[in-house]
Amino acid sequence: MTGTWQLIRLIVRRDRALLPLWAVVLGCVPAIYVSSFDSLFPTAADRLEYARVSAGNAGFVGLYGPLHGSSLGELVAWRGGFIPVMIALFSLLTVVRHTRTEEEAGRTELIGSGVVGRHAGLAAAVITTLGANVVLALILASLMTAQGLPAAGSAVLAAEFGLAGWIFTGVGAVAAQLAGGARTARSIAVIALGVAYVLRLAGDVSDTGSGTLGWLAWLSPIGWLQRMYPYGENRWWPAALAIVLTGLLVAGAAALAARRDVGAGLIAPRLGPAAASPALGGPFALAWRLHRGLLVGWIAGFAALGLVFGGVAQSVAELTDDNADMAEVFARMGGASGAVDNFFVATSGILGLIAAAYAVQATLRLRDEESTGHAEVVLATATARLRWIGSHLVFALAGPALALAAAGVVSGLTAGMSLGDVAGEFPGVLGGALAQVPAVWVLAALTVLLFGLLPRLAPAAWGVVAACFLLLLLGAALNLDQWVLDISPFTHVPRLPGGNVAAPPLVALTLVAAAMTAAGLAGFRRRDVPVL
Amino acid sequence: MTEAISVAGLSKSFGRTQALQGLDLSVGTGEVHGFLGPNGAGKTTTIRILLGLIRPDAGTARLLGGDPWSDATALHRRLAYVPGDVTLWPNLSGGEVIDLLGRLRGGLDPKRRADLLERFDLDPRKKARTYSKGNRQKVALVAALASDVELLILDEPTSGLDPLMEAAFRDVVREERRRGDRTVLLSSHVLSEVEALCDRITIIREGRTVESGTLADLRHLTRTTIQAELAGPVDGLATLPGIHALRAENHSVTFDVDTDALEPALRTLVGVGVRSLTSHPPTLEELFLRQYRKEQPR
Repeated sequence: MTGTWQLIRLIVRRDRALLPLWAVVLGCVPAIYVSSFDSLFPTAADRLEYARVSAGNAGFVGLYGPLHGSSLGELVAWRGGFIPVMIALFSLLTVVRHTRTEEEAGRTELIGSGVVGRHAGLAAAVITTLGANVVLALILASLMTAQGLPAAGSAVLAAEFGLAGWIFTGVGAVAAQLAGGARTARSIAVIALGVAYVLRLAGDVSDTGSGTLGWLAWLSPIGWLQRMYPYGENRWWPAALAIVLTGLLVAGAAALAARRDVGAGLIAPRLGPAAASPALGGPFALAWRLHRGLLVGWIAGFAALGLVFGGVAQSVAELTDDNADMAEVFARMGGASGAVDNFFVATSGILGLIAAAYAVQATLRLRDEESTGHAEVVLATATARLRWIGSHLVFALAGPALALAAAGVVSGLTAGMSLGDVAGEFPGVLGGALAQVPAVWVLAALTVLLFGLLPRLAPAAWGVVAACFLLLLLGAALNLDQWVLDISPFTHVPRLPGGNVAAPPLVALTLVAAAMTAAGLAGFRRRDVPVL
Repeated sequence: MTEAISVAGLSKSFGRTQALQGLDLSVGTGEVHGFLGPNGAGKTTTIRILLGLIRPDAGTARLLGGDPWSDATALHRRLAYVPGDVTLWPNLSGGEVIDLLGRLRGGLDPKRRADLLERFDLDPRKKARTYSKGNRQKVALVAALASDVELLILDEPTSGLDPLMEAAFRDVVREERRRGDRTVLLSSHVLSEVEALCDRITIIREGRTVESGTLADLRHLTRTTIQAELAGPVDGLATLPGIHALRAENHSVTFDVDTDALEPALRTLVGVGVRSLTSHPPTLEELFLRQYRKEQPR
């Protein structure tokens, strides 16, 4: 452990802009909710009405979690239910960035040759990330208390958010030991987070109806943490569970790290073929090799999401039967079919944003290829620039579309079969998923534009995805002006199923995407390669 | 002599850094040309301009009779390039990378590929992520050398190779040279390698060409180092023109002498009486050091 303190200082120095960005911003978001909820729902009666409607809206429950009360604090804590997932995501990315990425770049070796203990690198990354979450929790608790909310509930809320970060700090640390490279480590950790989220979602949505699958939420650490019910029951015992799990994960990562060599993973590399198959003969074949893992993984993930979303649709429809109190609310939403439609509008929105993350990830592969020097090697062969970039863009544009189609088909079929109306449900649900495609393309095209004109800024496309996410999460709650909401391409996606299929916005989004892609390609043809 | 590469007055800056400031380079068809310079002199930038990867701010560059930027794709069919810092796709095997690069250039000779794999002692089944720097370099070298191309552009190709593999590389390049129809541009700072392999060399420094010519041409401009044991003390050497770094101790002297001052210097020594004498032509090392130390305060 010698040298851990110096390494922590190195991490803080290198991430002096990045760490505060998420730790402070995400710590402040719930406080922003407080004033907006206070002005939107000034009386207890307003809040009760809002809580009744929301608690029965399966789309909301899926996105944010279960709602069990109507006090201001409970509403805010519930509405911020997606923030722990983002905190977890940033935490695991931070840990992998300072362990596996460093190792891959060869910097671990350089540092390891100094007076530095074997576990110092891992310890420094873990301690820094845990510390960032503590800072986040402190900011959150003090802001919430300062807004006049009960201190006890604020402490529970802060613990819930911070501990989500803690658990996935541990997950990131373990993933970094399992994989042979940073990319795989990130994928393993993000998949773990995705599974935790989907389990919680399935359990909670099922609880709004028959509840037969409610136990699923208890398989997810995010599910436990939400059951701390800040400002309501104020349970502390799930926090103990989370701390124990974090401890186990970190200890496990340390044990795994001790069993492997620097640069190696636990999954041993196998030998490959001595010669390339005849199919590996051009830029497109190379792009297929580089993208196929991502493509298959995302399609499988989207199909699984579709299965979950489709599977809980029946619970959503049953709401009206079980809950006489909700009948009137439901009638307003358009009855059982209206509730199911609403649910799928919400899930399609989530799918669209996740697909946008895939699109940006796949497009940024271009930048990866450039900065690692692979692009230079390929472009020094008889491969024209447009063919090279085009072969990657096929996957960046078609991949997310296929993934959305997979989710739409699977959830449409599952929902249709469980509700006994495939012909009625399928087209709308699939349409809802596919309607996201042009908006996803806009984000991919923006990434191409940055890559072509300002390659060093290309990773900023991730910031745009995050901004679209925040607009989805905050937009309605903050009563933002329409022009702010309009910045996100997803605001313009028609609400399907249930709404009208409006072609103009879809055509307009596609044209915007095409124009930005063309500008990006033109820029790339003219610029120097590589720009490092 | 037709020219495979001709570059004149090439300038390129990255932000505030002036990478090239009027560089000239001329490589005849069929020759092995050494492209020498210290780190950061602009070798890689020049090569990237020749490959049409980056565009110069000023100056002209011609490659195999075409324009490197606008005819890039067509020209690339006729050349193979080994970058200085070879990185490969980690999940492809070495053999796959060799074949892929060969096919992207328009095909490679399978017999030559097998022969080169053996000579470079490379296991093509290993995944690229498990290769060391030297092995990655071998992959790129095999792919380039097995391609049927007119021009090889090699950017510090031996920087990660062990001495045994360096020798194998030299043998291969010598064979290329004997074939006579392939042009090789070999950038390096390994001087003995350039000395052993190249017909002509160009030395650059801070983005400018400092010297260019055959090794003999360049030596002509330079000094010979002489060490002698004499019968008695020597006078008058110090006053001769063209004598440098003179050290005299009892009866032995060591000095550098310009080629055109060699005769009077030797005559002076003979006048005293010579017991033993060693002389050696300047190694490229010395040439190099002289070029780079120029303009630096002593």
